[in-house]
Amino acid sequence: MAGREIKFFQTGSFAVGGRLLDPEQRSVQSDERRSNTLTSGHRACQGCGEALGARYTLDAAMRASGGRLIAANATGCLEVFSTPYPESSWQLPWIHSLFGNAPAVATGVAAALKAKGRDDVRVIGQGGDGGTVDIGMGCLSGMFERNDDVLFVCYDNEGYMNTGVQRSGATPPAARTATTQAVGPEPGNVFGQGKSAPLIAMAHEIPYVATATVADLRDLEAKVEHAMTLRGARYIHVLVTCPLGWGSASRDTIRIARLACETGLFPVFEAAAGDVTSVTKIRHRLPVQEYLRPQKRYAHLFEPEERTDVIARIQSRADRNIERFGLL
Amino acid sequence: MLRQIEGSRAVAETVAACRPEVICAYPISPQTHIVEGLSQIVKAGELGTCEFLNVESEFAAMSACIGASAAGARTYTATASQGLLFMAEALYNASGLGLPIVMTVANRAIGAPINIWNDHSDAMSQRDSGWIQLYAETNQEAADLHVQAFELAEELSLPVMVCMDGFILTHAVERLEVPAPEQVAAHLPPFVPRQLLDPDDPMTIGAMVGPEAFTEVKYLMHAKQKMALDAIPRIADRFESSFGRPSGGLLRSYRCDDAATVVLALGSVLGTIEDVVDELREDGVSIGAVGLKCFRPYPLEEVRAALAGAERVVVLEKAFAVGAGGIVGQNVRLALSGLPTRVHDVVAGLGGRPITGASLRTLFLDAAADRLDRGLTFLDLDRELVERELRRAGDLARPGPHAESILRQIGAVAAGPV
Repeated sequence: MAGREIKFFQTGSFAVGGRLLDPEQRSVQSDERRSNTLTSGHRACQGCGEALGARYTLDAAMRASGGRLIAANATGCLEVFSTPYPESSWQLPWIHSLFGNAPAVATGVAAALKAKGRDDVRVIGQGGDGGTVDIGMGCLSGMFERNDDVLFVCYDNEGYMNTGVQRSGATPPAARTATTQAVGPEPGNVFGQGKSAPLIAMAHEIPYVATATVADLRDLEAKVEHAMTLRGARYIHVLVTCPLGWGSASRDTIRIARLACETGLFPVFEAAAGDVTSVTKIRHRLPVQEYLRPQKRYAHLFEPEERTDVIARIQSRADRNIERFGLL
Repeated sequence: MLRQIEGSRAVAETVAACRPEVICAYPISPQTHIVEGLSQIVKAGELGTCEFLNVESEFAAMSACIGASAAGARTYTATASQGLLFMAEALYNASGLGLPIVMTVANRAIGAPINIWNDHSDAMSQRDSGWIQLYAETNQEAADLHVQAFELAEELSLPVMVCMDGFILTHAVERLEVPAPEQVAAHLPPFVPRQLLDPDDPMTIGAMVGPEAFTEVKYLMHAKQKMALDAIPRIADRFESSFGRPSGGLLRSYRCDDAATVVLALGSVLGTIEDVVDELREDGVSIGAVGLKCFRPYPLEEVRAALAGAERVVVLEKAFAVGAGGIVGQNVRLALSGLPTRVHDVVAGLGGRPITGASLRTLFLDAAADRLDRGLTFLDLDRELVERELRRAGDLARPGPHAESILRQIGAVAAGPV
């Protein structure tokens, strides 16, 4: 063979495949020794952003902890698709207890390890936005406030997708869900005050808070690896596209997540002890229509006629993020 | 060594003697003194590396216990009343996962109306949660049962609730022997977890189970509880041989030989009941008492054997199934099925109402003379008051809440810390 064509797999992005980098710079995923913590064969939907986010997060945390990691999982898609009895996709010690208690279960695991002097073993808690932003918020806040030695990761797909796409506290305005239907004069979800779990986490002044998306998986890995170098309560909020709930094409999972960043609707940043320490700048700023249009949950904003009034309100939210976090 | 000590403090010191590794605490009366005591003991460094977690709710307390127990730590918490209900979802989870957590329940009423005083509504509401339920009659027994509870829980990998009457026991100062740490250390086997979150042997705990296996998993919970019926008397015997005093077990009969009338109850009220039995025996009344020490698992055969000779059984309980009747009473009927023994359900002591010797004496004499209603009897119920309130409420379009109206009618003011 005379040579091999180099492919840039993530076309349209600035990411390159790991094989083009020095071994030292390669991602966890491109390392043949990766732990495959969430191994293949699970039952996630095609194009599931949560499965992707969880895989990168846990493999990075496993590498950072030398494989000495325990996970506590909230009820939700991630739990259901990974453990249909007697199968399990988990290649690490893993416990699922309830929907709203994953942060407290993680606290208990961390307390037991501390009592036993096992500082070599680390603890990660994880759940969806329902288990984090809504029903798990009390336990999460308690874990933050006590500064328990837990990294909690929220895979935010902006709704209760496991139960059939109902609204959560993380569902964005105007989005159609099964409980905020696209009917009436103001179709879709209400324009509430919003509920930013990362900002709530920052208000606890915990050592580390970060946001990330499945559009930039190297960034997610780096944030997980950094979080694992720290002790105390840490929080990473990952935007994960849900083709089922958002009505997007399975092949567009990465693209949609990228559009969430490029429009300013989902700010990507890091914070330490309550202060923002870095932001991921928007390279090509795009109007929010670019993000909204490919998703059927926003179809009522474009048909039968374009709801410019509603779109303008969504745009103003993006503008506020861009200004507030200095995203340009 | 006998000491004059508050029940809660005795339980705290006994739990400490059991060397828990993780303790989760959330305040609720009348349990608070127990975790306050433990907080002091841990903070003073007497329990080495034991982690004392001040959590943000009872739900978090039980959830943290679940994580700690699954990670191999001997784990303890305490609660009461609304707190027990608030952790209800996690209670079923702990038992379903088979985690050997020990918890004190300082029995207290459940609102509304809000009431901090003693009855058994809280523990009875969770009787089917898969937890073993032991009921203490005295503070000595409350302390001793905690040593037995850790052994029982860890042997069977099941959670155990030690129920002690709120205020009546928790806040009573009396003479008792707190199990000494060195004695407990020699007696209590080390905790060897049956399942463990361990990176060297990764396992999935809490997987989803469908119709193909759910029945079998639940059957095993039931079978393990049944195994406790053998373990509880054995553990109580072993405790007696180590500590030199009887405590716990499944049930205890008092002057039941040839008794025509037997009173069955749980918890601290047995002391008063036995005093009244003594008085009535002196008067020639053929009466005895049975103290049920273990309500879950339900010792059906032992209850049947203890009550089979009686003509009638009075089940005196501090809780009831609203709209149905007695809770313990139904279980007693189950044990006596096929026998001619009559069972009377008597509800007493709700929300801290004192159960007096005089009331019990009248009740037992009525029972012995077959003057007791076959339905549900509410001891010392002010029937005139409830009938007046029903008439008042019936005449008005918006009568307002009963609780406030009844307080107004009797001129009482509800008071006390919450």
